[in-house]
Amino acid sequence: MDPLDIARWQFGIITVYHFLFVPITIGLSAILAGYETAWVRTRNPRWLRLTKFLGKLFLINFALGLVTGIVQEFQFGMNWSDYSRFVGDVFGAPLAIEGLLAFFLESTFLGLWIFGWDRLSPRLHAATMWLVHLGTLFSAYFILAANSWMQNPVGYAFNPDTGRAEMNDFAAVLLNKVQLVTFPHVLLSAYMTAGAFVVAVCFWQLRRQVAGGEDHQMYRSAVRTGAALVLLTGIGVAITGDVQGKIMTEVQPMKMAAAEGLYETEAPASFSVFQLGPLDGSEEGFAVKVPNVLSFLATGTTDGEVRGIDDLRAEYQETYGQDPGAAYYTAGDYTPVIPITYWSFRLMIGLGLGAAAAAAMVLWATRRKARRAPGRIVMAAAMALPFLPLLANSFGWIFTEMGRQPWAVFGLMTTESAVSPNVSAGEMLTSLIVLTVLYGGLAVVEVRLLLTYIQRGADPIDPTDPDDPASDGTGAGDGDKPLAFAY
Amino acid sequence: MELTTIWFALIAVLWIGYFTLEGFDFGVGMLLPVLARDNTERRVMINTIGPVWDGNEVWVLVAGGATFAAFPEWYATLFSGFYLPLLLILVALIVRGLAFEYRAKRDDATWRARWDAAIIIGSFVPALLWGVAFANIVRGVPIDADLEYVGGFFTLLGPYALLGGAMTLLLFLTHGAMFIALKTDGDIRHRARALSVRLGAAAALVTVAFLLWTQLETGSVASAVAFAGAAVALLGGLAAAASGREGWGFVGTFVAIALGVGGLFLALFPDVMPTSLAGGTSLTTTNAAATGYTLKIMTVVAIVFTPIVLAYQSWTYWVFRKRIAVHHIPAATGVPSRTSDSTDEAPAASTPAPR
Repeated sequence: MDPLDIARWQFGIITVYHFLFVPITIGLSAILAGYETAWVRTRNPRWLRLTKFLGKLFLINFALGLVTGIVQEFQFGMNWSDYSRFVGDVFGAPLAIEGLLAFFLESTFLGLWIFGWDRLSPRLHAATMWLVHLGTLFSAYFILAANSWMQNPVGYAFNPDTGRAEMNDFAAVLLNKVQLVTFPHVLLSAYMTAGAFVVAVCFWQLRRQVAGGEDHQMYRSAVRTGAALVLLTGIGVAITGDVQGKIMTEVQPMKMAAAEGLYETEAPASFSVFQLGPLDGSEEGFAVKVPNVLSFLATGTTDGEVRGIDDLRAEYQETYGQDPGAAYYTAGDYTPVIPITYWSFRLMIGLGLGAAAAAAMVLWATRRKARRAPGRIVMAAAMALPFLPLLANSFGWIFTEMGRQPWAVFGLMTTESAVSPNVSAGEMLTSLIVLTVLYGGLAVVEVRLLLTYIQRGADPIDPTDPDDPASDGTGAGDGDKPLAFAY
Repeated sequence: MELTTIWFALIAVLWIGYFTLEGFDFGVGMLLPVLARDNTERRVMINTIGPVWDGNEVWVLVAGGATFAAFPEWYATLFSGFYLPLLLILVALIVRGLAFEYRAKRDDATWRARWDAAIIIGSFVPALLWGVAFANIVRGVPIDADLEYVGGFFTLLGPYALLGGAMTLLLFLTHGAMFIALKTDGDIRHRARALSVRLGAAAALVTVAFLLWTQLETGSVASAVAFAGAAVALLGGLAAAASGREGWGFVGTFVAIALGVGGLFLALFPDVMPTSLAGGTSLTTTNAAATGYTLKIMTVVAIVFTPIVLAYQSWTYWVFRKRIAVHHIPAATGVPSRTSDSTDEAPAASTPAPR
């Protein structure tokens, strides 16, 4: 195997894996902060129990997101050193700022949250989780600004003497139009994912409870909050995704053509729900098409022109030269792998819509006036819920990154020329195998641990226990008592 | 002062922050099987660093990110060149970080033993390899005229580099023992203090040998002053620990590590990664640097946010300033395993602690 292929596989595997934990961390930190604030204001133990129950699951998830994040930061230099040399002046700054602003905030205040139950006042304790959430927002903003620069490089000049891209407008990098729509899209999908997680976890507990009891009401409330969050943010994800599609068509028209497998320019262009066949332009397979929809997705008008792969390829060949790395791209120069972009685009949209539909079903089935307890179909929908946005997130990233190929930085640097020239295939393969096997094993450990703690449910709160913050409230924490929490 | 020099100094500060803070985390992790007699004492040790280890680890992430932004060529050459040692460090940091969070999640002796191994090995590997890596950076490695590292894995394991690894290993062990002596109470506190003096004697020998070697090969007047200060701080810390003053003992190892790392950067300057090849090109603060514009932006961000970070990290240490003793450790909260072999030998965990 070629070092380039191995490096690409590694980047894909560890980035998609890392991003399974990230959206849950972003979204669940907000949900936890919300529940803890509700407890501080109302002193209703229900909100504290949910905070502690979901908090345990949050920490199990966070730990894996944290440790896999270290690899993300190191692998640019390890596997993509020519990329790092070329873009460091622009791309390094958001990464460094992410560390200074976001990672310190998240890690320090999460430590305070985990161990601070008896050291901080309840208000301050709730504030630490809000600061963790703020850290995740900073983190998402800066890393997405870096990625948006790869999609649409702005605020830089190419310096032929040094042979690299050099930043000349940091504000333009941070306010890149791709970034301004990608950040809300990713953020809302993170809330959606976390909401779906809460639905599944609490629904699992809900159906084990006696109707009318406090536990039943608590889990029902959480299920409905989660489902409403999925539905509301789902609408936001769709709207921002739509805007994103139009900006993408503007800055990377090839990606939109590749999303449809559209070889010839069309006006108006139709959208195929699915299509059988090789998708290589040689023959048109059986397809279910909806007229005008692609025109609307790409341009905002029902009869707008959508440029096809063949036209764009000819144009790119003229602009950028004949051969940027033809060996890796099945459909020819400047063209991404069409079956991957075609299907990942549809799976992203379909799974996202499916999540919203499942959330609507759960909301309907758990309404107060429902005549009977939710049946098996609702149960299945609730259990499937977290997987839908998680997979949609993954396919979204696969689409946006694979759809940019053969470029690492669009129009500036190909992926082929970004890889480390001095790292051997053997070293890269070692790294790929070690990390994949390790990640696989840790996934098994993590999921089993999550299931154990989901099954255990929320702990009861003893209002007479002097160590319990629900009854104490001062959080003084001195004296010689045992720690409220210890590893 | 030139911006490139300021950023060289800032990156030195980030590494000093990393080694002085995560250094004692590594020491605590490695000493787990040495100092703790049972599970409760192991939990005492782990909980001394529980709230802070993650924040300490962020220093290396920021050091990496800052190097990427301020010296892209340095970041690219270093990370692609030291490929396999960095992979080992990554694996170690992954299993170690998870271990802290997951170890107590099941009340099961086998489960705990596995995560204990992850903590011990996951602390040992980086404690050794960071020293090896820094020794190689200071002394120089084969870098060709295209700024690419052209050596192999074993090029990095020369006697000087291995001595550097032994130095960080022993210093972090000593630093960790000092930290345990400072942050615990009861029997383990006294054992840790006694051990810190013995470990410190070995660390002092290796440290003096390594710093002398460095000084003779690449040293400057400034690095000589820093190295001398490091030696004095280390010996002073050991003397303080020997006479029962744990706080000053910890300050001693803290300052010794800070001055030692600072001295290595002074010995390195103005190179950032010298070449050992005749026809090669050394990376310097000039030829590895980002543009003035990027450095200016980064300087503003660093000036504004570094004091804030230092303030809230210090506050965390203040919040968790209390010593931890065996009787502070609550009963195990993890889910018991189905095989129910959770024979916890700890008295505090099987009987409720006195209130």
